[in-house]
Amino acid sequence: MSEQLYSISIEVNGERREALVAARLTLVDFLRDSLRLTGTHAGCEHGICGACSVLLDGEPVRSCLMYAVQADGRSLITIEGLALPDGTPGALQDAFCEAHALQCGYCTPGMIIAAHALLEANPAPDEREIREAIGGSLCRCTGYQQIVDAIKLAAGKRTENSA
Amino acid sequence: MNTLVTQAFRYIGKKRRTKEDPRFVTGHGRFVADIALPGMKHVALVTSPHAAARIKAIRVERALASPGVQYVLTGAELCAETEPLQVGVDAPKVLRYPLAHGVVRYSGEWVAAVVADSRALAEDAAEKVEVDYEPTEYVLDPEKAIEPGAALVHPLHGSNILYRRKFVWGPVDDDFARAEHRLALRVRWGRSASVPIETFGVAAQWDPGQQLLDVWASIQMPKYPDQTARSLRLPGNAVRVHFDVDVGGSYGVKRGIKHTVLVGFLAKRLGMPVRFIEDRLENMRGGDMHGPDRIFDMQVAFDSDGTIRALKMRALDDVGAYAGRSPLQLGKPVGAIVGPYQIHSVEYEPISVLTNKTAQEAVRGFGQSPTNYALESIIDRVARHLGMDRVALRKKNFIRKDQFPYLIPSGTTYDSGDYHTVLDKALAAADYPALVARRDAARKTGRLAGIGIASCLEPSGANSSFEPLFNPKNDTTTWMDSCLVRVDLSGSITGVMNTSSAGQGHETLVATVLGEVLERDPDTIRVVHADSLTALPSNSPVGSRMAIMLGGAAAGAARKIKAALLAIAAHNLKKAVSELEYREGSVGVKGDAKRSLSWAELVAIAHRKFHLLPPGLEPGLQAKFVWEVPTGGGLPTADGRIQMYPCFSFEAHLVLVEIDPATGQPKLLRYVCGHDCGVMINPDIVHGMTYGGIAHGIGAALYEKFAFSDNGQLESQSFMDYLIPTALEVPEISIVDHCTPSPLTSFGQKGSGEAGYLGAPAAIACAINDALDPLGASIAELPMTPLAIWMQMQTARAGGKRSPP
Repeated sequence: MSEQLYSISIEVNGERREALVAARLTLVDFLRDSLRLTGTHAGCEHGICGACSVLLDGEPVRSCLMYAVQADGRSLITIEGLALPDGTPGALQDAFCEAHALQCGYCTPGMIIAAHALLEANPAPDEREIREAIGGSLCRCTGYQQIVDAIKLAAGKRTENSA
Repeated sequence: MNTLVTQAFRYIGKKRRTKEDPRFVTGHGRFVADIALPGMKHVALVTSPHAAARIKAIRVERALASPGVQYVLTGAELCAETEPLQVGVDAPKVLRYPLAHGVVRYSGEWVAAVVADSRALAEDAAEKVEVDYEPTEYVLDPEKAIEPGAALVHPLHGSNILYRRKFVWGPVDDDFARAEHRLALRVRWGRSASVPIETFGVAAQWDPGQQLLDVWASIQMPKYPDQTARSLRLPGNAVRVHFDVDVGGSYGVKRGIKHTVLVGFLAKRLGMPVRFIEDRLENMRGGDMHGPDRIFDMQVAFDSDGTIRALKMRALDDVGAYAGRSPLQLGKPVGAIVGPYQIHSVEYEPISVLTNKTAQEAVRGFGQSPTNYALESIIDRVARHLGMDRVALRKKNFIRKDQFPYLIPSGTTYDSGDYHTVLDKALAAADYPALVARRDAARKTGRLAGIGIASCLEPSGANSSFEPLFNPKNDTTTWMDSCLVRVDLSGSITGVMNTSSAGQGHETLVATVLGEVLERDPDTIRVVHADSLTALPSNSPVGSRMAIMLGGAAAGAARKIKAALLAIAAHNLKKAVSELEYREGSVGVKGDAKRSLSWAELVAIAHRKFHLLPPGLEPGLQAKFVWEVPTGGGLPTADGRIQMYPCFSFEAHLVLVEIDPATGQPKLLRYVCGHDCGVMINPDIVHGMTYGGIAHGIGAALYEKFAFSDNGQLESQSFMDYLIPTALEVPEISIVDHCTPSPLTSFGQKGSGEAGYLGAPAAIACAINDALDPLGASIAELPMTPLAIWMQMQTARAGGKRSPP
């Protein structure tokens, strides 16, 4: 018995990706195993930890709670897609480096995706709004403080650049 | 921060970006789940639904016929062909293998492993493995487990007691008899763990041509390659562990030896690469990573002026169904058993108990945080008994700055400290009188508010002294670490470390230290992780040791490089070394700026110009440095006195908590931590670990518990039941630095990997009890969940009695 496969077409980090996938293949497994975009991490596979967060048409979603077929025809951005074209850190990623907003790096991609979505919607968030925006992402290393600092720093730089 | 200390350094103690962060923020970390070997197969597990049962039959035919299945392994085959996993104490009949054989001893224990082309196919097939069980008697309560007639977890061992000894250090009974007051208290530390966001994983590949097993794992474990090889009946040099795998958090628990033996065996047996990544359920039930679960019975003897004379502590620890190093977590606290206090004599009775629960593993602090919680709880109780201010009581009993080095009754000498100043700094930063006023104002309006204070030690620079202390057959006293430094032909510097990292920033540590000693920009220095066949000896990043041990090894190797450069220059400039000056990599004649050799010239001589090399000097430019933990090497005395870790960091926590009267939900309104870990190599890294440790401590104090039902089922099996604090539960934290250098280390540094966690649970528990005090209520058990707090409030308001202490 072989599983039936379905044809999907997803724009990932600006590039059209087409594949034949099983219905039960989760989006996180598709990204990691089929596309080898291993920056998106599986932490709990039940939608709580947020390590697998990606942007689906600009909205942060848990890629462990979605099937790859559900992303058919949609547009995705993963952590790799937030870097500069040469692969070096983008502005928000650079702020995470400046504030040392990570240790082991496992939750980091999900945190940055959550922070990116926040800043797109609210370029000048206060501490409370930042904590709420990352409140769905678990980090065991940092106690969140340097993450909050990094997001404040990135927000400040965005404001400076747009001024 | 003592500015004199940091100004002496070029790179150490400065705000500098880490070397590791860029690869992680762009999604280019390389974790074990990112290792994809061609033709790799995947494992899913069949696990026990019973707390205790005999396995009567296992039928695997349907599973083997399932699509994509390569193999089904059961305990019968695995146990016959591997050696049992090591036990940390002298209990040779407490046998442990990766898969159960004949009996299961806890719910979630691994019974069979299914290997298939994908994890999904392996899971499909695992559901088709049929196991017939005959449930047997089990024991879950550790106090009942040590009573005669209790069901035995390991009948061959003859008892559920894995380790028990009563240590008496000093005239405890005399001190108790002479003291003006005595007080007893029972407190309980609940079963929680560090629960990294990355579960444990391991991939292995057997090369039949080379007869070599390659292992990639999410590992933080001393002697892991050696233990893997022994269990697989392979010579040590037939296992190659790749330490360049990024570990997604550990804080003690990433010790997956049973996972590795299982996967290594399968890879060799099948001749195919095999990978197993725990899912969260496997991680929580059968990953064997639960932390200490302790009942402390304490007595303290003290005088009316607050002088604490003597302490008795009985610690009963439920380690679950199997033991690796877990019983030793009762041993480490021996080295800081009196905390920061002058206590003249101590009786300590650690009891390690087997029950039918998931096995215990090392957790951040290796047993010290529960002990600190117990100690601080009874200190608070003394203050309440005497009507004395809690700060004043602590200060009265603190070891004074001028008393170091200070020998405690259990045989350990503390290196240095200034506890009064650190606590004062924390009090000042918190504006303590204002904090008290804020609490009292809240109380006046009918709200429940409390202040918690904890002053705790963080032993650092781990050695293994608890091994010979708890197991006379183990005379291990060596606990070295190492660094290799290479300067290549181009003049670039590479540091080689010999273990994996789990977020502690070791690459930054090594680069900073090498840069400091060689006066070269750390940004230009590369740091790599050896594999276990090319590595120098290391005991892995446990027990807050790497700033001291890896930092010290890097410094030692760099100093050898510097000495070689000076020797080359002396030979070529025809001067004595004492007449030369090393400046940023070049060497010149003192007082004669024109006569010097540059870094490039010196490197060229070392690598290419044997005719200019001083006689006897090794060609090339490389150095290794291997060293033993400072103060290490001793065996315990007959009465169990031993020098445990060498260095002692100190943390003073202050927290203001308010409790929602309707729900019992506590809110942390102010959090200040005064911290002294000597010289900080990279302050951002130290602060980050301290914030993280406090957050972890908030979890242990208020939310996290591996709870079991009466029939031995784990009830907290996901992040919906096992509650890790989010950014909304963790408040903004103020860290106040202080620096008392250690006299024992290269730059005065102490360890800090367990910082924050060692005092936060104690401080928060004390705050909750301070908040409940006006109701006449208190809680003596962690976690102090909103429900537990609410129940106390209801009981108190109904005029019920205070819960037993």
